[in-house]
Amino acid sequence: MTEEIIIAGFGGQGVLSLGKILAYSGIMQDQEVSWMPSYGPEMRGGTANVTVILSDDRINSPVLNEFDTAIILNQQSMDKFESMVKPGGLLLYDPNGISHHPKRKDIKIATIEGAKEASELNNKKTFNMVIMGAFLKIHPIVLMENVHKGLEKSLPPRHHHMIPLNEKAIKVGMEEVKVIHDYK
Amino acid sequence: MEEVKLMKGNEAMAEAAIRSGVDAYFGYPITPQSEVIEYLMHEEPFKRTGMVVLQAESELAAINMVYGAAACGKKAMTSSSSPGISLKLEGISYMAGAELPCLIANVMRGGPGLGTIQPGQSDYFQAVKGGGHGDYNLIVLAPSTVQEMADFVNLGFDLAFKYRNPVMILSDGAIGQMMEKVTLPKQKERLSNEEIIKRYGSWATTGKPESRERNIITSLNLKSELQEIHNQHLQNKFKTAEKNEVRYEQIQCEDADYILVAYGTSARISQKVVQLGREKGLKLGLLRPITLWPFPKKIISELADHTKGFLSVEMSAGQMIEDVLLAVEGKAPVAHFGRMGGMIPSPSEVLDAVEKEINKILK
Repeated sequence: MTEEIIIAGFGGQGVLSLGKILAYSGIMQDQEVSWMPSYGPEMRGGTANVTVILSDDRINSPVLNEFDTAIILNQQSMDKFESMVKPGGLLLYDPNGISHHPKRKDIKIATIEGAKEASELNNKKTFNMVIMGAFLKIHPIVLMENVHKGLEKSLPPRHHHMIPLNEKAIKVGMEEVKVIHDYK
Repeated sequence: MEEVKLMKGNEAMAEAAIRSGVDAYFGYPITPQSEVIEYLMHEEPFKRTGMVVLQAESELAAINMVYGAAACGKKAMTSSSSPGISLKLEGISYMAGAELPCLIANVMRGGPGLGTIQPGQSDYFQAVKGGGHGDYNLIVLAPSTVQEMADFVNLGFDLAFKYRNPVMILSDGAIGQMMEKVTLPKQKERLSNEEIIKRYGSWATTGKPESRERNIITSLNLKSELQEIHNQHLQNKFKTAEKNEVRYEQIQCEDADYILVAYGTSARISQKVVQLGREKGLKLGLLRPITLWPFPKKIISELADHTKGFLSVEMSAGQMIEDVLLAVEGKAPVAHFGRMGGMIPSPSEVLDAVEKEINKILK
């Protein structure tokens, strides 16, 4: 199994840490992983994206131009990455702030109101975990017990008291994700 | 139990330095390798192993601190990115002349000048063809995974002390910034002066005992006759390294009709190109030089006997291709594909370039 994922949005949305928690969860189930960020000035308020690959085999290129899954969190990223989803792949997005919705017919398209759900959890920082829950509901590529271990590994110990809230956010994401188009 | 971690290439190299018993790191921050000194300062190895970590006032100061520590037989290293390495070249040439072992990491970005902070591979000539002045070579290791960023620290120091010569890890911003799974080496002890002498001989300035003449570390020799003898000694050393230290990896070259040659990030992308090509029925292979100097000439020459063509894939205008051409000796066509300015080629555009070259050969 190999899952090639792009996660793209604004700097500050937790795009990179969502990728890191996914990658750590993969390690916890003995998979090969790679986490390739965009870095540089664009991280300060501009767009941020990270390519995450989880695989049972050796990973070749950490840089890709087509993806099994695109997790899209702003309009710029939608414009850039919609066309890069493989036919039959998944595009998951938060419709908040999206004016041009995806038009592809040959992929699965799902939405999650990440920003809304996170503010209902009274912690906007849980946004990325709501998104992760939505993704894992559709593509359960990592077991929840490994996500738990991944959270423990990627969060510094002083933030470990936040793990239950993050797991709650993941659960909310799983419950609230909606598949709005399927190619079948 | 082995320790498996998710780390950036830069961090893995820094942690491997602590664990390899490195005595000193002198550096000056520059994107995309600032995590090296950040990580070291955060980990405080001066408390763990006694390793010195110092942010110098400039690249020049850092490389000359490395010279000083290396002259005392210590394992000293520095790291930088392209513009910073240019500043360090004077010191590197001096160390090659004075026969001082050390490790220098270049996490390349696009150039020339300040260029860009995004990944590049346009310092190939600088790394393998000298860079600094005088007849010398660096042993140049090209990691293509985070694991190799860690592993090449220890390997680099082994080679540096074996040949009493600076060794360079030539990486790039992508390998430095990406995170992968890495198995870290076990902690090695730092060596005492007595152990340094026992292991590497008594060339270092570790304090003069009654029993021998004083050791002098210098790259200056005003008598030309003696300097030429010194030059010949250096050249013999480089010949021995060329014979013994070539390292490379072959991926599906056995039955390949067409071979890509690439190192570092380009090699990772090219691996994907081989996979995509083979899915389309193209018999592609990849030759990945691990040592860029000494360059794996012999294997490329052998492959050229039964290969229809080569493509050198680099994030540069075409530098390594010159060494591929020399190795192929006209036995097969050699083409170049590259991106510049911090752009990373995508697997599909490399595959397009391969198909174009194959079509040219078939015509």
